Amino acid sequence: MMRMPLAWLDCRSLRIKSVSLRFALIYGALFVGSGFLFLSFVWWGTVGLLERRTENAITTDAQILAQTFTESGRPALVALINERLEQDIDDNALYLLVTPNNEWVAGNLAEWPVKIHGHYWFSLPVQRADMLNTARVRAYTLPDGYKLLVGRDLNGRTQLAHMLTEMLLWTCIMMLVLAVSGGWFIRRLFRNIIHSIGRTTQAITHGDMTRRIPIKGTDKELDEVAFTINEMLDRIVRLMDGVRQVSNSMAHDLRTPITRARAQLEEASLTAKSEDELRRAIDKAVVNLDNVTSICEAILRIAQIEAGARRSAFSEFDLVSALETVVELYEAVAEEHQVNFVCQMPEKLPFFGDCILYQQAVANLLDNAIKFSPPQSTIRLTVEVTPAPSDTAPALVHLTLADQGPGMNDADMARATERFFRAEQARNTPGSGLGLSLVQAIIQLHGGTLRLASNAPGLVVKIETPLYPHDI
Amino acid sequence: MRILLIEDDPTVKNFITKGLTEAGHLVEHADNGKDGLSLATTEKFDAIVLDRMLPGGVDGLHILSTLRQQNNLTPVLLLSALSDVDEKVAGLKAGADDYVAKPFSFNELQARIEALVRRNRNEAQPQTRLSVGDLEIDLLSRNVKRADTRIDLQPREFRLLEFLMRHAGQVVTRTMLLEGVWDYHFDPQTNVIDVHVSRLRQKIDKPFGRPLVHTVRNAGYMLQE
Repeated sequence: MMRMPLAWLDCRSLRIKSVSLRFALIYGALFVGSGFLFLSFVWWGTVGLLERRTENAITTDAQILAQTFTESGRPALVALINERLEQDIDDNALYLLVTPNNEWVAGNLAEWPVKIHGHYWFSLPVQRADMLNTARVRAYTLPDGYKLLVGRDLNGRTQLAHMLTEMLLWTCIMMLVLAVSGGWFIRRLFRNIIHSIGRTTQAITHGDMTRRIPIKGTDKELDEVAFTINEMLDRIVRLMDGVRQVSNSMAHDLRTPITRARAQLEEASLTAKSEDELRRAIDKAVVNLDNVTSICEAILRIAQIEAGARRSAFSEFDLVSALETVVELYEAVAEEHQVNFVCQMPEKLPFFGDCILYQQAVANLLDNAIKFSPPQSTIRLTVEVTPAPSDTAPALVHLTLADQGPGMNDADMARATERFFRAEQARNTPGSGLGLSLVQAIIQLHGGTLRLASNAPGLVVKIETPLYPHDI
Repeated sequence: MRILLIEDDPTVKNFITKGLTEAGHLVEHADNGKDGLSLATTEKFDAIVLDRMLPGGVDGLHILSTLRQQNNLTPVLLLSALSDVDEKVAGLKAGADDYVAKPFSFNELQARIEALVRRNRNEAQPQTRLSVGDLEIDLLSRNVKRADTRIDLQPREFRLLEFLMRHAGQVVTRTMLLEGVWDYHFDPQTNVIDVHVSRLRQKIDKPFGRPLVHTVRNAGYMLQE
């Protein structure tokens, strides 16, 4: 009872210390256990079988002899024993028949061994042909008090048993050696795997984000783990790059309005001659500070959308009526700029997504298009649905917005969705350079793509979103 | 009007108190959730301006839900640095009547407080006709008349006018119009609202000489005689 908790504790502390050791121990225990079972079976199947067969032979022999005595009397038994001894080619049979007074009657043993009595199996040392052998014997009591001893000299079998025992012992030792070395090997293998993952992750925690776990192509399961970890690292790197890029541009683009506000306030405080002048400066500074707020808000919103957090607000809505509201809001603005606005949409289009965000995306695009369109030009908004190309792919909603403004060159188009990016021609128009980034983030949230192309002259924005992106 | 302000930041508190007092309101103030809650439950106010995050273990949403559980229907305007749409929805769900994100302009806050109190008073009797000066609209037949001349308005123009009429004599900010008329909950970059208001002016003001829709500098618009 005292040993149990101790053993449990031991086991627990090993577990806590090292997983690889535990694996090695489990391996060793399994190996020794199965080896032991296997050897036991071999032992039972050879030595045990031989013993049982000898005992069977003795029993049968004794039965025949006893029957002869009962049926034909003593002389017949003596004759039979003598015959048996003569025919015994292996020279391993033992017989002895004695009177109730232990006087020799027949057989190849000189006298009745003292220790043998009753109906039990005995191992008896016998001196034969200058060799001391072991014999398996059993005594039988015959009618009239005669006693019969039947046995077999186990010389050959003993040697076999010895050989086997020795062999099995050696096998056991080898098995132990194999178990220990195998366990050690398993432990090393396990440690190597863990360490290769560990080294990589450690390098990464120390700041080397370029490191990846090598994929060997030989171990399927390990490669799967490595692949998953590598993918996770790729994602972390992308996110980190995003954060770095944003914080850099934020630092730069927020400084501009803050600097302006500061300059306006400081200048007013130093030089303003009248209250009116002071008020004007303060109002201007407030506008610049509001600009800071709206940039912060836009960035936070993009970050939040990119993190996918807003997908919880997804629901089914009619895309066409949602877009009509936006179009209606901007139609008036287009008219004010003397820009023609042509809109082509189906009558109804049930859509699954975030209505407010989708409206905001299209509003941003319309805002841009109107801002850059020269008077008398045309802005064209088209929404169409292409049916599902296959059972697995969803139907696509194509939203195209084409203007006849200055457009963008290829290099600008490639960078247009970057945060804070503003094309050269756009520097003098109001805006933060976040509009398209926001659109891009919203479209990506809806599982869609945003492409820019040239309208010669002008810009075409093409958006493709799956109609029911339930499971993206 | 008697307004309770529950806000812990002294600068924001002074800013709001000063502005509202100058506008002729009586402002009571509490700088933590506990005092705020006891004031709000024991005394009667026309409106409560409530900061969401407060020291002292009792936060804004807690005060709000406690008030609503006691069937206290005083209009509550939530004030918060959490400008997220989801936060806004959470605030409105908890029983707030309006939500203003920090930083805010005082004009926006004042306009919204006054709109809240007005709405609270008007809800008692549903109106079918609204009129300001010689301008008159019928909410059932959707007829608009000024000086006995019928004016044809687009549906959205009608809703814009209706919103302005319901808040006649009050400053209405652009965001309020976006939310109230277009049901928009984001800030369009250009002043689309100005374009729509100027189109409305073309129809209801220009032919009649005397303007009813006035621009309030740094704030928004106001419809009044």
